[in-house]
Amino acid sequence: MVRRMDGGTGEFQAGDFQAGSFSGAGLACRRGGRMVFSGLAFTVAPGGALVLRGANGSGKTTLLRLMAGLTAAVAGQLAWDNRAIDDPDAHAGRLRFIGHLDAIKPALTVAENLRFWMSLWRGESRDTVITDALDAFDLRRLAGFPARLLSAGQRHRLALARLVVAPAPLWLLDEPGNALDESSLAALARAIAAHRARGGAVVVASHGAAFVDGGSTLNLGDFAPTDDAHWSEQ
Amino acid sequence: MSVFSTVLARDLRLALRQSADSLTVVAFFAIATVLFPFGVGPETNVLARIAGGVLWVTALLAALLSLDRIFAVDFEDGTLDQLVLTGAPLPVVVLAKVCAHWLTTGVPLILVSPILAVTLHLPIAGYVPLVFALLLGTPTVSLVGAVGAALVLGTRRGGVLLSLLVLPLYIPVLIFGTAAVEAALIGRASTPMLSVLAGFMVLALTFSPWATAAALRQAVE
Repeated sequence: MVRRMDGGTGEFQAGDFQAGSFSGAGLACRRGGRMVFSGLAFTVAPGGALVLRGANGSGKTTLLRLMAGLTAAVAGQLAWDNRAIDDPDAHAGRLRFIGHLDAIKPALTVAENLRFWMSLWRGESRDTVITDALDAFDLRRLAGFPARLLSAGQRHRLALARLVVAPAPLWLLDEPGNALDESSLAALARAIAAHRARGGAVVVASHGAAFVDGGSTLNLGDFAPTDDAHWSEQ
Repeated sequence: MSVFSTVLARDLRLALRQSADSLTVVAFFAIATVLFPFGVGPETNVLARIAGGVLWVTALLAALLSLDRIFAVDFEDGTLDQLVLTGAPLPVVVLAKVCAHWLTTGVPLILVSPILAVTLHLPIAGYVPLVFALLLGTPTVSLVGAVGAALVLGTRRGGVLLSLLVLPLYIPVLIFGTAAVEAALIGRASTPMLSVLAGFMVLALTFSPWATAAALRQAVE
């Protein structure tokens, strides 16, 4: 079901999802022999937001990839609705991950890129939904252009437009504000607000999270191992 | 559309837009094969005797050129992360990508092989077994190659490593593929060899998608 919201801002409701709470406890992760963080716990309620903060290298990206199930934790457990996540495919099916790499195929047009992800995630692609998603991130006039002609900011907006073509209860966003101008940041803020209004949860790694209202903050510096433990695992 | 057909359609569309990649493979196959009459000499009976083996070896090397493309581009631009996170079983995604690879490199190789066989003076009796052997053998080449391509993701000079890893595994396919052609030339039935090639294909089809999926999960970690 696709229906435009009032005001014509480009947001829309497309399909439905089962909202849930996402949590983790006792999480620890090691990269290249170095403990990145340990004893980390978090909870995101339906409609909630969690902002990850921390210096460069403090493990924001690592934690997001761990939340997505791409990276394995050395300790701890992730849970959905307080049930431990043991099927990575089922978990993957309820999340959208936007990382540093934008996963855009330069040889396909902007619309074709979106259409691919939509049919992959929803089993169908609808032009109205694609058009609305392009509108939401001001990409409509570029729909027929090959993606290789896009600027860095436009590529990033195209990556973000993927979020709205196929709804999922959990968004994991790694520095989504990078390379975005003022109006695109506002579009991102609107998309996140609409997602949360429908009961979706969002986890954002960001230095300046002006696009998330409220929500809790997790400072990864608090979970960094102490210096003497730092290299002991090697 | 299912995950399989969506991924297959996208890869075919990409291959069509970047058709130079497939053409390079076919061009390599043609040039490498045509080198043999120059190197071995123009004696018809010598060429006819080695034709089956030459075509198989050059086809394997040509296919090898394209193998690292199966996953490397997706790995570099972040698509692989997203494909792992579709929520659909990863072996299905793998199978779709391997299918696309076979359709864009295996099938063109099969189509030009009879033309190249003419330059090697392959006797008439050898053409049908050659095409059938390639038809049954090249899917195995793509399937086994995908495991190697997934394993070398993220390594420097992965292409060289890939050939060291995968070429020895192609030896059984090479032996039976060549034997199928040679059997026909001495008037024997080539069906036993073709059956063995079909067996290899079923075996690869059974194990390769799972092994490749496991290697891909390692690669994105």
